[in-house]
Parts: sequence; C-alpha cells; structure tokens
Amino acid sequence: MVKKILRSTYLWLILIFLYAPVVLLVVYSFNASTEIGSWSKEWNFSLYKMLFTDSKILNAIKNTVLLALSSAAISTILGTVGAIGMFYSKPRTFRIFNTVTQIPIVNAEIVTAISLALVCSMLLFPRTYGSLLLAHVVLTFPFVVTSVLPKLKQMDPNLYEAGLDLGASPMKALFTVTIPEIMPGIASGFMLAITLSLDDYIITNFTKPSTIDTISTYAYNAYAKNSANTSIPALRALSAIIFAVIIISVVAVNLSANRTVKEREASK
Amino acid sequence: MGVALRFSRKHLGIPYALFLAVFVLFPLVLIVIYAFTDANGVPTFNNFTDFFSRSSNLYVLLISFVLAVLTTAICLLIAYPVAYILARSGAKKRSVYLLLFILPMWINFVLRTAAMKELLFALDGLGVYNVTDWYFVNTVIGMVYDYLPFTILPIYTVLIKIDKNVIEASNDLGANSAQTFLRTTLPLSMPGIVSAITMVLLPTTTSYVISDTLGNSKVTIIGKLIENQFNIGTADSWHTGSAISLILLFFIFGTMLLSGKFTENTNTRGGGLW
Repeated sequence: MVKKILRSTYLWLILIFLYAPVVLLVVYSFNASTEIGSWSKEWNFSLYKMLFTDSKILNAIKNTVLLALSSAAISTILGTVGAIGMFYSKPRTFRIFNTVTQIPIVNAEIVTAISLALVCSMLLFPRTYGSLLLAHVVLTFPFVVTSVLPKLKQMDPNLYEAGLDLGASPMKALFTVTIPEIMPGIASGFMLAITLSLDDYIITNFTKPSTIDTISTYAYNAYAKNSANTSIPALRALSAIIFAVIIISVVAVNLSANRTVKEREASK
Repeated sequence: MGVALRFSRKHLGIPYALFLAVFVLFPLVLIVIYAFTDANGVPTFNNFTDFFSRSSNLYVLLISFVLAVLTTAICLLIAYPVAYILARSGAKKRSVYLLLFILPMWINFVLRTAAMKELLFALDGLGVYNVTDWYFVNTVIGMVYDYLPFTILPIYTVLIKIDKNVIEASNDLGANSAQTFLRTTLPLSMPGIVSAITMVLLPTTTSYVISDTLGNSKVTIIGKLIENQFNIGTADSWHTGSAISLILLFFIFGTMLLSGKFTENTNTRGGGLW
C-alpha cells in the first residue's frame, strides 16, 4: 500500500514538472497583466484580443498550418511510393534504399538544415516558399517510409497476385489491393509528418525566405532574441489555445477509438 | 524485350531514388566539398586546423559534452522509474498515464521551451530562483523538460515487452527483488536505455533553441556554433561551418553504425504517437 502511494506520488511529481510551465501560461493568459509574476486584479480576454489583432502572429499560424498540411501531403505520396518501390526491390537494393532513407532521421537537424541551405545557394535558388516546402518534405518523408514499410511486411503477398490473376493491370492492382491494405501505415505516416513539420524550427530557419514566419520562428525571435518583445503576452494566449486544441483532439480520438471498439464488440 | 516497359511495383523505386540522390545525398556531398575548400574553391585542410586551434571552439565542445552527459543522465534517472512503474501498472491506468506523459510533446517545441522560461522567471520573481545567473542550470532544466518524454517512451516500450515469466523465474530461483532488478530487468531493458540515450544525446549538443532561449546567450553548443558560421556570412565562414558539420556527421554516423541503429526503425522521434 505504501509502495503504491509512493509510486503514484512519484508519477504525479514528474507530471507536475511537465505541466507546470504550460498551466502557468494558461492561467496567465486570462489575466490582464502582461508580465508573468505580477497579477492584475482583472481577469479577462485582453491577451486573446491582442493575439487575434496581431496580423504577424496570425500570419505565422496560417503559414505553419498550410506548410504542415502541404509538406505532409507531398511527403506521404513520396514516402509511400518510396516504401513500395524499395520493398519490392532486390534485398541489396532494399538495404541501400533503407540506409539512405534513415539519414535525415539520424542526422542532426542543423546539419540537414545547412546542407539544404548550401543546395539553395549552390543552385542560386533563392529561399522561397518552395525551398521551405521542399525542406519540410526532406524532414518528414523518412517517417512516412518507416510507417508504411511494416504494413507492407504484414501484407499477404498473394492478394496482389490474386488481383493480377483476376485480370487487373499491375497499376490497378496496386491501387485497389496494395494501397487499401497499407492505408493505416500511410495515415499514421501523414499524421507523424504533420506533427514533425509543426514542431520544426532549425530547418525552417535555414530554408525560409525572410518574409515568411512560422509559429516556431516567430516565437524563437520573440523569446530568444529579444526578451522585451511586446508580442510575448499574445504568444501566451496562443500557447493556451494550442494546449486546448491538443487536449480536445486527444479526447476526441480516444472517445472515437473507444466507440469503434465497443461497436466491434457489439457486432460480434 | 518489348519497347514499352511493363509496370512493376519496384519501378516506383526509380523516382524515389532520384529524390534521395538530389535532396539527401547531394546536399551531404556539398558539405564535404565546402569543408575541404576555401572561399576561392581551392582544396585545403585549413577549415579543420582553424577549428581545432581556436580555444573558444574547444570550450564549446566541452560545454556541449558536459551539457549532453548531464541532461542524458538526469533524463534517464527520472525516466527509468516512470517507465518501470508504468509498465507494471494495470492496462487501463497505464494507457491514461502514458498519454499524460506524451501529451506535452505535442505542444510546439519553441513555445514549450518559452513556457519553461516564463516559469523560471516567475520563480525568480518569488525569490526562489535566479534566472540571470543560473543560465547553465536554466539550460539543463529546459533540456530535461523537453526531452524527458522522449526518454520515457523507448524504455517503457522495452520494459512492457519483457516476458513476465523471466522475472518470475528469477524470483523462483531465490533472487530478491533488488537482485531480480539488477540482474534480470535492467540488463533486459538495455536496448531501451541505449535508444533513449541516442534520442537525447544528439539534440542536446545540436538543438540550440533551448540554450538560446534559456541560456541568456551565454551557453553556446556545437549546433549554435554551426549556425553562427552561416549567419556571419564572411567568405570563409560557410566553409568553416561545413567543416564543423562534417566532424559532427562523422561522430553521428560512427555512433549509429556502432549501435546498429541503422538496421532498426527509429520511429520514436515522433514519439510513436500514431
């Protein structure tokens, strides 16, 4: 019993450490004070008003979301094509493909970032939205490949052959047999790509044009370069909103997962 | 041989190989070229000798090393008991707790780090902390805070897979719980520990967002050093930056080859969330 209490206490202490900073921001986001540590008597939404009238932050949010969605979409197609291509190659070719695919995963982000910056300058390719998009594809596609490969391994190879025997062209069999079969892997690869893109700072910083900011680069400039930045209070409100969105989506995902489990059990 | 090639699934590897060649391998080749040439394109070793002859650079290496070892050790010490307790809890409790530990990873990395800065400033305001002077401690706290979930997950994944019968066998053979832990559980969870170390060690030496935000620009790590070279923009600095990157690459791939990381899936960076 004592052991049990000790264990729970330990877990909760660590959880407090992990959540204290964010909870503090959430609490302060409803206070009129723009400085943490000093309470204002007023509790209101003034910081949220600041956030929603700050066109630079709003633009950064829009850029971040669009970049995450578009780069994840491209990565998902590229990663799926790559995973299928390499999986059905000779074992030796597969190994080479697999090793090269792992490079951006194991490499330090700063090295990937400067290597892409070098490519831009070498090809006299100005840093544009295009270079930024491409960099995020390089950042995320290996994770799509590593999500799709296990599904290809689990797949019954006879299904595709059966499709061919029943008269489907290889292309048709690919789209009607293989792709639906590995869809869970493709979907989780897509979600993973989105989360990685949303989180990135270093690669973004080295490949973006100076006119574009994402949440990461904007927050970095506000907090790391200039602690007296006037948009910091508005970023508190943004952190609170992001935290709320995460909690809501996690709860929603879990509820729907529970429901499908129950439905499956009910239909048995 | 027909003129038109019949489509086969492995042909999808061709466009993929092109992409890998142009956007993964070619950029790395460029780093190598830059590292071994000067601003006029003349081959040279000066970028390397310059790097090692400057004491400020060696200091950066030392700070990075200390920071990395310290952060990794603290993360492991905190994470192992968490993973251990989670792995031994009931299934339902386990999944809820696990979610609670993973959830903070979804908040934007820069904002999360900034939140820690705000908390430390608040503690400073209460008089229990000193943000301005304890910049190294700030950085360690920030790094532990950011990377702790990444340490818990791989250890938990390994612990949960350990066959309960092995533990029982150890108990049956007369080992007490401490012996069982030290001689059975701990050795069996080694792969998780190694994977946790590789997850934390590299970002702590290269991901300079945390040291910039919390270190009051007094903590410079290798990643920051490389970034500086590319921001100065003098004729030689890009070549110096590439040389440092190449040294770093050498270490990264050396460690990866040694730990056999290349062969297994390293999908835990995203947290194995999906």
